[in-house]
Amino acid sequence: MLRIENLSVSYGARRVLHDVSLTVENGELLALIGPNGAGKSTLVRAVSGFIPAQSGSASKNGTNLLTAPASERARIISVVPQVAFLPPAFTVWETVLLGRTPYLNFLGQVSAADETIARQSLQRVDALELIDRRVGELSGGEQQRVLLARALAQSTPILLLDEPTSHLDLHHQVGLLELVRTLAHHDGLAVLVALHDLNLAARYADRIALMVDGQVKALGTPNEVLRPELISEAYHLPVQVILNPLDQSPLVLPGSPKE
Amino acid sequence: MRHRLLPLFWTIIFLVFAVLLSIAVGSVFIPPADLWRLLTGKFSGTLPEPLATYALIIVSIRLPRTVMVALTGAALGASGAAYQGLFRNPLADPYLIGVASGAGLGAVIAMSIQWPYSFWGLMAIPMAAFLAALLTVFIVYSLARVGRTVPTTNLILAGVAFGSFATALTSFLMLRSSGEIRRALGWLLGGASQAGWMPVLGILPYLIIGLSILLLGGHALNLLQFGDEQAHQLGLPVTRARTIILVAASLATAAAVAFAGIIGFVGLIVPHVMRMWFGGDYRRLLPLSMVGGAAFLLIADVLARVVLAPQEIPLGIITALAGAPFFLWVLRRSKNQGYW
Repeated sequence: MLRIENLSVSYGARRVLHDVSLTVENGELLALIGPNGAGKSTLVRAVSGFIPAQSGSASKNGTNLLTAPASERARIISVVPQVAFLPPAFTVWETVLLGRTPYLNFLGQVSAADETIARQSLQRVDALELIDRRVGELSGGEQQRVLLARALAQSTPILLLDEPTSHLDLHHQVGLLELVRTLAHHDGLAVLVALHDLNLAARYADRIALMVDGQVKALGTPNEVLRPELISEAYHLPVQVILNPLDQSPLVLPGSPKE
Repeated sequence: MRHRLLPLFWTIIFLVFAVLLSIAVGSVFIPPADLWRLLTGKFSGTLPEPLATYALIIVSIRLPRTVMVALTGAALGASGAAYQGLFRNPLADPYLIGVASGAGLGAVIAMSIQWPYSFWGLMAIPMAAFLAALLTVFIVYSLARVGRTVPTTNLILAGVAFGSFATALTSFLMLRSSGEIRRALGWLLGGASQAGWMPVLGILPYLIIGLSILLLGGHALNLLQFGDEQAHQLGLPVTRARTIILVAASLATAAAVAFAGIIGFVGLIVPHVMRMWFGGDYRRLLPLSMVGGAAFLLIADVLARVVLAPQEIPLGIITALAGAPFFLWVLRRSKNQGYW
């Protein structure tokens, strides 16, 4: 379980996260939604310790992730970053093996067990056939799968994803989120996903946190959070919410700003 | 495993060839057959002529010079690879980012104080070069940085500008201290003109520390290729790793400069060729650049002795003649191709 308590982050004088508290249970997929600049990416980066927090904590079983040593933190929390740079000369195999870093000494010597885990991770994201390819040659969707495989190779109980679907087509968006949901429901990971697409969030998330101006404005099931008045106010746009005829999840239809 | 060590094997063979060449070639040419006899033969009592003369030349002149040039090349090759990895920039080189010139300035300041020609006196010059090199890295990096990134052009511009400034100061200092001018000028152009074993001993501690740390830093450099954020998320203490590698690379550069003057482009060419041939894994690239750098600089030194014999050309001129066109080629190539 990931417990975020009273987390605040500022860039200089500008406060980008204000007193955010959230918990993500084991086996739960929690989606972060909100307009651009609401602080979704900042929350992911702060929880993974990359951006220093002014106050508050992010913890797992009493271990404060913000102050834990780098390798200990990386054994608890893994991140699939948004539009990550991949050095083109690295092969998929080398890239995924780096996910084992928190378990290795500083020389980075991998054992047979590490290689087995890396291979299983690739298999899990259905990318085993890419193993010898250079990451520079991969499509956006393939790169995203390799990044997820690397995160899985970290074998962490908590997984964070920052806009994992932003560069994927419809088919790959659905494929990736299906897999991420399985990781939560079947493997028991606590998964926090920042998502732009409200309807994907509605379809895949167990709970949704709506962020506006660095604060959590609403938190609950998709039906509780994706209400027209909440969404309209957050996005400054009139919206209608209907039920998706396929699975009865809420479906947000944006109106036009002039209405 | 054999597949991974094969490149290193070939590079070492190349180094052995370069070492033999460097021992054999000079104002007195030692024929391969005699060299072979000296290396493998069993002699009792005094050596027959001309072997005795050859042995004297080798032990007191050629061997110290060969060791010195090889160590300098190893230091420049490895630190070049490390700087390229740290800055994630294919054009980072101890010379181009100004560190070599900064170290040169430090060394000249130390020389102008006129330390005694002793072990400790010789140790003080690389120390001054090292401190100046660190200061240079800090200044150039701060000047070139935009937010969290260090764009290539900024890095090279800041490096070249600061390097020119340091070189100008160096020249100024040298013009003022009349007694040392000739010695320093020959040194500055990059020539292994300091003879004997004493300079080798003075420099060795710095080189051993610097190069050992670099050899251990391959995994960290691999992680840093993904950028600070991903390296952090994968569990690398980014700032600490960066600092240690930066200090080690600057230590190696400073030792090389204090030793042999400012020799450009070795740290650019060697890691590049190694990367093209053997891939970008820094755990392999660092030892390969070290061995390859030693071999490359030995060949350059042989050319420096031979081309205008009996006159010697400063080593830095040879490497620049080979390196500057290579630099331009890399610059053009890195625009549209991404093996980096």
